Amino acid sequence: MGSPTAELAVEFRDVSFRHASSRNEPAQSEAILSGLTFSVRQGETLVLLGRSGSGKTTTLKLINQLLTSTGGEILVQGKPLNDWDIIQLRRSIGYAIQEVGLFPHFTVERNITLVPHLEDWPKERIEPRLRELMHLVGLDEDLRKRYPRELSGGQRQRVGVARALAADPPILLMDEPFGALDPITRLELQREFLALQKKLQKTVVFVTHDLREALMLGSRIGLMEAGELMSISSVDQFKHSQEPLVRQYFEAFEGIV
Amino acid sequence: MNTLHFFLENRAQIGELTLEHIWLAGFSTLIAVMIGVPLGILITRWPAAAKSVIGSANIIQTIPSLALFGFLLPAPWIGARADRLAILALALYALLPLIRNTYAGIKSVDPAVLEAGRGMGMTDRQILWQIELPLATGVILAGIRIALVLSIGLATIAAAIGAGGLGEFIFRGLAMVDNSVILAGAIPAALLALIADFCLGWLERKLSPG
Repeated sequence: MGSPTAELAVEFRDVSFRHASSRNEPAQSEAILSGLTFSVRQGETLVLLGRSGSGKTTTLKLINQLLTSTGGEILVQGKPLNDWDIIQLRRSIGYAIQEVGLFPHFTVERNITLVPHLEDWPKERIEPRLRELMHLVGLDEDLRKRYPRELSGGQRQRVGVARALAADPPILLMDEPFGALDPITRLELQREFLALQKKLQKTVVFVTHDLREALMLGSRIGLMEAGELMSISSVDQFKHSQEPLVRQYFEAFEGIV
Repeated sequence: MNTLHFFLENRAQIGELTLEHIWLAGFSTLIAVMIGVPLGILITRWPAAAKSVIGSANIIQTIPSLALFGFLLPAPWIGARADRLAILALALYALLPLIRNTYAGIKSVDPAVLEAGRGMGMTDRQILWQIELPLATGVILAGIRIALVLSIGLATIAAAIGAGGLGEFIFRGLAMVDNSVILAGAIPAALLALIADFCLGWLERKLSPG
């Protein structure tokens, strides 16, 4: 499962991605990402910040191979993606997305324990893990037999986070996981995420368009625009950056942040 | 009064023909499910074939049923016995709703849910069995229900080629210009269709997610 001693959890080397708009004319295809080079250190939360269509979700999906890059090289735990078994890779990377990603026909308990079930964990191991996870993300155990439609938005999102953490993956990918929540619940979950992250020390790649969320949750922030990574820096550096694009963000959020 | 009298007098034969009818419609639907559902799944994986497969099933359904029986008559083995012929023809008719509903049911699964499954490391097979098929169950069952009710109705025509079933009373009654005899075939056939519709409708509600 990769080398646990690898210093970098994820590494992008000049990665590009293009959608073939026409099979006959690859030259005409639209470049979604180009020249992406960055790395994610073990245990840090890298936030990819950018507006809709800037390529941040695409970047995330390249990591767990929901999309395949068309150029460059991506390494996970020091191992090129080509050397990974794709199913094993995905099972060792937690994936949390907006609430739509829960399985509507599965109960809370079945949703959360999906990956342990896929990995054929014995029952005696799944049950305590389920309790532990529900406790960890602040879900009442009475909810375990409920279906996603019977939960509030905040509860659904907690289930999503618990599901991503279930098999204790070293890396978590989170795609605007709190995007669909009301502002108060969102803040609550963001706080809990911070506390959780302090405890678990996972490597997290977090996608958002919300500057406030990026400043709050990130160790470092990567700013994306039109398929390129414009800057990547620690939160402090980011706050004081004089780059015009970064300043634009602060101006747009003026009075809010 | 006359009709009731005829019913009571011929109850043994009505029962026998009803069983035959159930056999014709039930077995043909079963065959159609065994072919139509996998085919419906297959064309979700192979979109290039979807149009032609659904189109072909569509065309079969436009062939008048009596003509279809006639077309199949020269077929080896099948044509040798009327009930084989009838079952094959009925199964062919039942294919369209099964293929179409299986295809539509699977296609209607939220792509975000599928992507979450893939992102979590489910294999294609696990996604099919644990996500797509359970979520498509309601629509597929609706297809089975349509196919079965259709087969029960069409199976009355099978009597025209000597395959038996409740159609025998209907054809005999038409020849004799006797409504009682027609009703002895038509009423049980209609009841069968209603019962099948009700039972599968209940199952559909019971098994549908959400």
